[in-house]
Amino acid sequence: MDQLKRSQHHDSFVTGIIKENPLFVAVLGTCPALAITTSFEAAFGMGLLFTFVLVCSNVLISALRKLIPEEVETPAYIVVIATFVTVVKMLCQAYIPNLYTSLGVFLSLLVVNCIVLGRAEAFASKNGVFDSFLDGLGNGIGYTLALVVISLFREIIGTGKLTFGNIFTFLQRDGRAVSLSVFKGEGWDYSIPLFAQPAGGFIVFGLIMAVLAAIHNSKKDKEAAAKRAAAFAAAQKAAEEKAAMPAASKTEGGAR
Amino acid sequence: MFYSYFVAFLLALVSYTLIDNVLLSRFYGICSFIGVGNKVKSAVSMGIAVVFVIFFSALICYPIYHYVLVPAGLAMMDTVVYILVIASLVQIVGLFIKKYSPALYKSLGIYLPLITTNCAVLGVVQENTDANLSFLFSMANALGTSLGYLLMIFVFACIRTRLDTYNTPRAFKGIPIALITAAIMAMAMMGLTGIGK
Repeated sequence: MDQLKRSQHHDSFVTGIIKENPLFVAVLGTCPALAITTSFEAAFGMGLLFTFVLVCSNVLISALRKLIPEEVETPAYIVVIATFVTVVKMLCQAYIPNLYTSLGVFLSLLVVNCIVLGRAEAFASKNGVFDSFLDGLGNGIGYTLALVVISLFREIIGTGKLTFGNIFTFLQRDGRAVSLSVFKGEGWDYSIPLFAQPAGGFIVFGLIMAVLAAIHNSKKDKEAAAKRAAAFAAAQKAAEEKAAMPAASKTEGGAR
Repeated sequence: MFYSYFVAFLLALVSYTLIDNVLLSRFYGICSFIGVGNKVKSAVSMGIAVVFVIFFSALICYPIYHYVLVPAGLAMMDTVVYILVIASLVQIVGLFIKKYSPALYKSLGIYLPLITTNCAVLGVVQENTDANLSFLFSMANALGTSLGYLLMIFVFACIRTRLDTYNTPRAFKGIPIALITAAIMAMAMMGLTGIGK
């Protein structure tokens, strides 16, 4: 019983990270994934705030799930989520003002993020508080991971370097942002500015989705091939047995 | 005087419709764009419903913010109020369409309640507040954004019906090729940068 419960906790935490990644597998929450991924720091900050909102709303909705009547479910969820987004907005404006300005309207748009509402309806309204907490945490980490992957490609190719300290000011050295050059240096520049533009977001996201689809397809092909081989082997064995049978009966007949 | 306002309004309208296109450069409502897929008819009816909802929510939210929330010192509650206004507006539009055009109501189906969670609606209203736009420009933003949404969702539905018949590489089938197409369209829109400014 205890084992079963623990494995359920484990499942609700882990599935959201890779297997059912909200961005790459379920293709939800695409608006911020394209808009704020021009810099690594903004994407990471967005992921953190998103995780906070998702965990809080999941926990509260799960705690209230027996009190909310079914007819007003969605409006009630939206109000809960909007409240937490307002809290996050005010905290972010007060303590990380650079993140607040670089996320802009997309911080408010967390209210209508399909993932937050989707987890509330699909998971938190049916499961216990602790499981909902873990589900929120897992999905938040999965979404953060996806945002960070897209933003790394876009920032490194688009600006030629990776910059720390513009948003999280405690990373600065001697009052200046630290940058790590990759495609750009003294007198040479192989960056492609298009990737920092909206079009680059679509390209990176589309290519990542295609690579994931290719991996998924090859896995499926391998499984299908293995199944076919097994079926073929079984058929061959059956045929051999069939071929052996009449021979046996024939010899029997000959003896008679 | 009136003429100069009119010209400014028209320029803002063009800029919000094409250059700062809602789907291609501001990225509001990408979810619905991917979700609607390749059915041209449902894409257009959804687009028209979104035009209505964005226009009226911008019209209602502007006075609510400037004449109720700000004097009452509740400006930080804007997002919560806006989402409630939008949710009730979607309900009202749904009832209205159901009464006067049951056929359209049937064809919209599941898409109608989903407009509440369409980022484009809240995005426009919030942007009007955050950028502190005047009433005229707020309405230009609402009209331009929603018309741009209608245009793009129609164009993309048409492109995706064609894409389905072509022999795209297997890994790119469906969403990846749609995103790459969107990238090419976004590059085309980049060529128009600077017209409205």
